[in-house]
Amino acid sequence: MRTPLPGLALLAALTTAAGAVETRPPPGASSCTGCHAEGAAMGALAGRPEAEIVGALDAFRSGTRPATIMNRIAKGFDAGESQAIAAWFAAQAPR
Amino acid sequence: MRREVSSAPTRRAVIGAAAASVLARPALGGTPPRVVVIGAGFGGATAARCLAAGGVDVTLVEAAERYVACTGSNAVVVGLRGIDAQTFGYEALGRAGLRFVRATATGVDATARRVSLGDGTALPYDRLILSPGIDLRFDAIPGYDAQAIEAMPHAWKAGEQTVRLARQLDAMPEGGTVVLSAPANPYRCPPGPYERASLIAHFLKTRKPRAKLVLLDAKDTFSKQKLFEAAWKTRYPDVIEYVPLAAGGAVTEVDPAGMVVRTDFAEYKADVACIIPPQRAGRIAAQAGCADRSGWCPIDPVTFESRLVPGIHVIGDAAIAGAMPKSAFSANSQGKVCAQAVTDLLAGREPESPKLINTCWSLVAPGHGISIAGVFHPADGLLADVPGAGGISPLDAPEDVQAREAAYGESWYRTITRDVFG
Repeated sequence: MRTPLPGLALLAALTTAAGAVETRPPPGASSCTGCHAEGAAMGALAGRPEAEIVGALDAFRSGTRPATIMNRIAKGFDAGESQAIAAWFAAQAPR
Repeated sequence: MRREVSSAPTRRAVIGAAAASVLARPALGGTPPRVVVIGAGFGGATAARCLAAGGVDVTLVEAAERYVACTGSNAVVVGLRGIDAQTFGYEALGRAGLRFVRATATGVDATARRVSLGDGTALPYDRLILSPGIDLRFDAIPGYDAQAIEAMPHAWKAGEQTVRLARQLDAMPEGGTVVLSAPANPYRCPPGPYERASLIAHFLKTRKPRAKLVLLDAKDTFSKQKLFEAAWKTRYPDVIEYVPLAAGGAVTEVDPAGMVVRTDFAEYKADVACIIPPQRAGRIAAQAGCADRSGWCPIDPVTFESRLVPGIHVIGDAAIAGAMPKSAFSANSQGKVCAQAVTDLLAGREPESPKLINTCWSLVAPGHGISIAGVFHPADGLLADVPGAGGISPLDAPEDVQAREAAYGESWYRTITRDVFG
């Protein structure tokens, strides 16, 4: 079952002055797909559960999950930013 | 502090002006806003695709028949892969919901907001994105002109030059000397010359007994330096001679006919000479008025809009992107962020402050990878490193980690080229 956009993502879904619903990727998210795609060694992010992505970023940041490079990248995002990125990818259809 | 104060009103003013002009169009019953993108490399093709996916009217202008990727091309130089693996057609881009125009952009009229093309026609735009990559400077090293590249290839724009250097290396005698020169900053692909040195050294060690590589550098420090130097010391101690700026590494003259490379201190007779000269933003950037005296293009770190010409955005190698290196990964990240900012500006809303990622993998030997990563955000009017993030691979990474880094680099290459050109 697909979970609806939770907490922070709803906060991010602001309505603009023109009345359009916010559909922009949160800061940082658009860079992730440079590596993370279907069939890539790094694995796709689209459609993965939000909690899984948040947990992975948290573990990379703290160094508890072994990594070649994500330990260095995850440190560039705080908990709130990570949550927004996770919600963004969780809401997308897997591809 | 002064810079912060002075840059903020500029951006607000630009956004305000953009919002006014674009919002006025539908009210007057005019055409929807048009975006023109010049250059279908990793930056421009990415931006054009993102804009098209968002329903924006976008025209992508590219002079070349096909794209030959620089990233990964050092493997071609030493025969580890063919140039075909670096070559991509533009057919898929033509089916991506955008207009693909095969033409040379010959000029930009930033007042009339019009791009002129080689065939005499013109393309009007509301916003223009320039992603022209680099031009090599043939006025920088005496003797290194546009003809010298046949005897002494740069191979810094992939294609015929890459294949030429590969053939020259293949044909060189055992016990010969390769001279490779790296320019001062900034230039395309900061770790590239050092990956090239590593792979050529591996090639010499395995294929050309007793041959040497002299690496002449116009600077004293470089990307992933500790990792490269550690690899050279353990893998190629008798092959690579590194001459930094402080030891006289800056090339002051070349003689292509005599195959001689000169510095202030020495003269090197080469069997193969690869000269990577200083560079500047691709020609159209200067023609549009977007390049400053450095030859590169200052930009707003939120929107990538030129600091010099309103309505024109510059991404990829041509841009002065602060701490972001000139890489394919950077260009792809910037293309996405710039496309979003242009979409926002056309819709009359303020772009969000972005975060961007760059990762560059290099090979120190076949199957042995190292990397540098960074996360960037606007700070004091520039794209700056997010403190505490990024950095290079550990110096003591075991073999299996180096193997995984090499595999990840290869996987990234497949993903990014499929994403952009597939």
